[in-house]
Amino acid sequence: MEEVKLMKGNEAIAHAAIRCGCDGYFGYPITPQSEVMETLMAQKPWETTGMVVLQAESETSSINMVYGGAACGKKVMTSSSSPGVSLMQEGVSYIACAELPCLIVNVMRGGPGLGTIQPSQGDYFQTTKGGGHGDYRLITLSPSTVQEMADFVGLGFDLAFKYQTPAVLLADGVIGQMMEKIVLPDFKPRRTDEEVRKECPWGTMGKNGRKERNVVTSLALESEVMQETNNRLQAKYKLIEENEVRFEEHYCEDAEYVFVAFGSVARICESAVEILRAEGYKVGVLRPITLWPFPTKEIQRLTKQVKGFMDVELNCGQMVEDVRLAVNGQVPVGFYGRQGGIIPSAEEVAEAFKAQMVK
Amino acid sequence: MAKIQGAVTVNTERCKGCELCVKACPSHVLGMSSKVNSKGYHYSEMVNAEACIGCASCGHVCPDACITVYKVKLQ
Amino acid sequence: MTPEEIIKPENLVYGRTKVLTDNIMHYCPGCSHGVIHKLIAEVIDEMGIQDTTVGVSPVGCSVFAYNYLDIDWQEAAHGRACAVATAIKRLNPETNVFTYQGDGDMAAIGTAETIHACNRGENIVIFFVNNAIYGMTGGQMAPTTLIGMKTVTCPYGRNTDLNGFPLVISDILAKLDGTCYVTRQSVHTNAAVLKAKKAIRKAFENAQAKKGTSVVEFVSACNTGWKKTPIEANAWMEEHMFPKYPLGDLKDTVKGSQLSDEEKNAKY
Repeated sequence: MEEVKLMKGNEAIAHAAIRCGCDGYFGYPITPQSEVMETLMAQKPWETTGMVVLQAESETSSINMVYGGAACGKKVMTSSSSPGVSLMQEGVSYIACAELPCLIVNVMRGGPGLGTIQPSQGDYFQTTKGGGHGDYRLITLSPSTVQEMADFVGLGFDLAFKYQTPAVLLADGVIGQMMEKIVLPDFKPRRTDEEVRKECPWGTMGKNGRKERNVVTSLALESEVMQETNNRLQAKYKLIEENEVRFEEHYCEDAEYVFVAFGSVARICESAVEILRAEGYKVGVLRPITLWPFPTKEIQRLTKQVKGFMDVELNCGQMVEDVRLAVNGQVPVGFYGRQGGIIPSAEEVAEAFKAQMVK
Repeated sequence: MAKIQGAVTVNTERCKGCELCVKACPSHVLGMSSKVNSKGYHYSEMVNAEACIGCASCGHVCPDACITVYKVKLQ
Repeated sequence: MTPEEIIKPENLVYGRTKVLTDNIMHYCPGCSHGVIHKLIAEVIDEMGIQDTTVGVSPVGCSVFAYNYLDIDWQEAAHGRACAVATAIKRLNPETNVFTYQGDGDMAAIGTAETIHACNRGENIVIFFVNNAIYGMTGGQMAPTTLIGMKTVTCPYGRNTDLNGFPLVISDILAKLDGTCYVTRQSVHTNAAVLKAKKAIRKAFENAQAKKGTSVVEFVSACNTGWKKTPIEANAWMEEHMFPKYPLGDLKDTVKGSQLSDEEKNAKY
């Protein structure tokens, strides 16, 4: 019988990490995600699965510990919130260039600057467009329930290892702090060192009889070598764009207008759709689950069917740029955003829709 | 009493002509060749071979690990 | 006997260790890095740990250290080697993990990572090459640049009002409970090389025995950055660097040995 538990999104991440065979977690406390490390420390997985949990001296150090672990072929992760993730960007760029798998959890709070500890979705640009230096992309999963917080840990690792690239679990503070009932994933044992060596023959755990030494680096001083690295990365990103787009739709079949929203906001938009449908408006919701790769093709498909899109976010308008790129001027795209941790009500969203989209 | 005699070889292509081995040799065995290697460095060589005692000081201080040291005990 | 009669495999007393790769090092002629690389390689060879050792190279002149030692390597971001090494060692406790860092990497941009790895008593080895200058980027001031010493970013000499004071980081690290062995060595003479090699071996053995973090500082010459010949640079180092960075062991114990068992196991 499956075991139903009530817990916070942040706690779900910790339990899911232990259960998916994670080898190591490295982090630094920051609100609103500190429960991830707190839960791990309370669970003491080093006594059960052998998972390493370490509180680092900074997010800079955390992400470089992730680099060190990932470069061994180990399943390693970190978690933080917006300002802390900003501090990690150098390391993320190195990890992306060195083509290492890892999971980075960002439970977003309001910015810029020290900002607020209240929920936000203000790191969409940072995560999907770059953040660190150079040309790279991050597989970005956006959970909208506590269940998905747990499920996307395993999924994030699977995608990270499949493509040897970092995956980000990009949650807003609402999902991190909110409690819901969930079913935790089944226990999966950690891989043995032999299994790690087999799965990641490039890993640096010592030569162990190998003829050639392994070197993990992101350095390519020669122009041709760097260009080749860029081309290899871009080819991989294209493959991810072709194969890993994930989204969810509600009432889109007959919709004349479609809300586009991710994370907790998508749920508010679903409630707004209920209100608007009752008033006779044919509206639906498209919830991108992968923010990168973005469901561009699906929006292009819907563009032929709808009179407009309404993008709602907990920021000043970030994902809406990708929606507009996909729509390419063919139908109007409205935007409604709240900031500072203010969560819009379904009624507020419905009113904003009517004010902007229905002339 | 047994007498020690040594000899060294220098990998002349590896040598960068820093002269640290010349300075390190207690017996003044090494000197710089008037010839250069393919990179244009004057390389070190034995100029006073019979004085070598095979102490390996030259090898120890060589940053490019291009010196090999041999020695024999003469009766 | 003639040299030809002596130069035979059975008479070999010193040669190139197989842990060094065949690559010709990119370092300037006479650079201390080459000697230090070679000593680490020799110790790895003699301890028989080539298969179980992972090195972490820095950003700086020794960024390409991974080209020269035939072991597994990770190239870390500037200053982050100790964080990287921490994770490698924690996740693979049976490996021998070392960082190889210059003064800028370890004592400027990476000070936090260095101090905290040492403070946690990570069972790793930190090799710290202090030549008081940024070699790779063209001879800029380092945290360890001596007062009055000229570099391209303190062209009139390091001025304490403008640039502060030389950072004697090994002294700081020796004060931390997590370090077990902190020593300052050099590699400019035969005797110094032999001592330095012993220190390197001891550091690896400490890590294997889980004694805590070992730090081996090498007071080194950067003849190009100092605008001297290799021999002049070594003489200048003896005259000016050694008084500020005196050679010898700063600490040789076991991590946390200053604390009683009661203090170590305290619960509040």
